[in-house]
Amino acid sequence: MAVPSFLARERIVAKPGFNRWLIPPAALAVHLSIGQAYATSVYKVALVEHFNASLTEIGIIFSLAIVMLGVSAALFGTWVDKNGPRAAMATAAVFWSAGFIVGSLGIFTNQLWLVYLGYGVLGGIGLGIGYISPVSTLIKWFPDRPGLATGMAIMGFGGGAMVASPLSRQLMNWYDDDYTGAAGEVASGNSVGFLFLTLGLVYLVFMLFGAFIVRVPAADWRPHGFDPATVKQKSLVTTENVSANNAIKTPQFWLLWTVLFCNVTAGIGILEQAAPMIQDFFREGGTSAVAAAAAAGFVGLLSLFNMAGRFVWSSTSDYIGRKPIYMVYLGVGIVLYIGLATIGSSAVWLFVALAAVIISFYGGGFATVPAYLRDLFGTYQVGAIHGRLLTAWAAAGIAGPLIINGILDMQGEPGNLVASDYRPALFIMVGILAVGFVANLLIKPVAEKYFEPKPTDVPEAASTTGDRSLTR
Amino acid sequence: MSTARTDDRGPQEGSKGLVAFAWTLVGIPLVYGLYNTVKAASALFTG
Repeated sequence: MAVPSFLARERIVAKPGFNRWLIPPAALAVHLSIGQAYATSVYKVALVEHFNASLTEIGIIFSLAIVMLGVSAALFGTWVDKNGPRAAMATAAVFWSAGFIVGSLGIFTNQLWLVYLGYGVLGGIGLGIGYISPVSTLIKWFPDRPGLATGMAIMGFGGGAMVASPLSRQLMNWYDDDYTGAAGEVASGNSVGFLFLTLGLVYLVFMLFGAFIVRVPAADWRPHGFDPATVKQKSLVTTENVSANNAIKTPQFWLLWTVLFCNVTAGIGILEQAAPMIQDFFREGGTSAVAAAAAAGFVGLLSLFNMAGRFVWSSTSDYIGRKPIYMVYLGVGIVLYIGLATIGSSAVWLFVALAAVIISFYGGGFATVPAYLRDLFGTYQVGAIHGRLLTAWAAAGIAGPLIINGILDMQGEPGNLVASDYRPALFIMVGILAVGFVANLLIKPVAEKYFEPKPTDVPEAASTTGDRSLTR
Repeated sequence: MSTARTDDRGPQEGSKGLVAFAWTLVGIPLVYGLYNTVKAASALFTG
């Protein structure tokens, strides 16, 4: 599928002297926008009342978006790698924005199926393409610090919800005089419709700005003083390239899929349940020592650690290596989960500290995985491989809540649960992390038979479009 | 394949303004979000 020439990869090859520090804000412009997907709880109840629907029916909108994220990232990853970041970012901007606009139409005309189609399907495609759009470009611009580069972008995805939550409350307050944003208040459906319309337009401009400033490095570009040979000296880091189609035939891809699945499943277990969990852990005689406002503060604190972990841990992986950092995420995660299950209810500060570090590992796992893929499979189609790996996220998004909600349903009624009711679920998470730990241990360098043939005498334009003249 | 590498000898002067503008543009919403989240999180210790 061809793209208009002004979006094409060969039109955005950077000239000598280009400042590579322009690429992270381009990536952040996209990730800060699509990170809104984590802020949907702000207007969820307003949609339930507007459509006179159940929470489950409204929940489908967001589940659809996450499923479409996984599907589109997997399906369009190769297209993204081939056509470059400007085409991908612009496409993501159009889909993400169209999702909001069609969704707002559904709200104004009281047709829920239009919101499914808009935010769920169109928006979900924008999410998937947008999420992977800057990844391979960042890795190519920062061969010396790939963890730092992808950490910065994927940190934006965590930050997007932090921006969208208060912004949405503020906008709904403007569009609905009776809504102040206080706990327990519900905005009118029309104000959510106008919110969607506004977000659709704002995100379109913001993401297109990212698309406008993004550039790809020339095929032979290197950062000053960077010697690729120094990277090769680290174990598991290849200077070869593996195509996306070959990558999924390797055990390394599926081991890493398992690692990501386990890390995300364990983190989602806490994230999904954060506010009621802290109240339940400190409930005595039917009353919790943690007030609802403090529980909401705990959710805010977890978002901060989720975002910070993406940047800090991913950057750290540049120094200690990808495999060791996942041993920390999963191995230390096991210890922290056991601590949460056994001594977590002894003091609020201890519970908060354990949960905060666990969530920082959850964020770190997302942000470090593109650099791990680069190490194993090279840069050739790392965006496409990353897209396929994100199916682990979609699967964990189903498994994590299923496990924790299923166990808690067996233990008793919400509002009457106590710390011990969480123990079975927490120990299951320990088992899941142990599986991930073993999978990570089993990751070895990719076999030579999967490597792409070496390009020889390739004209620059051909090599930058991903078309290769190949000889052994 | 060309053997002469396009070595990054540092950014051109003109690009520094654009870099500062781009970081400011993404930094403002990020700081706004961080401020609001820290404000909400403080309820954990005061609420």
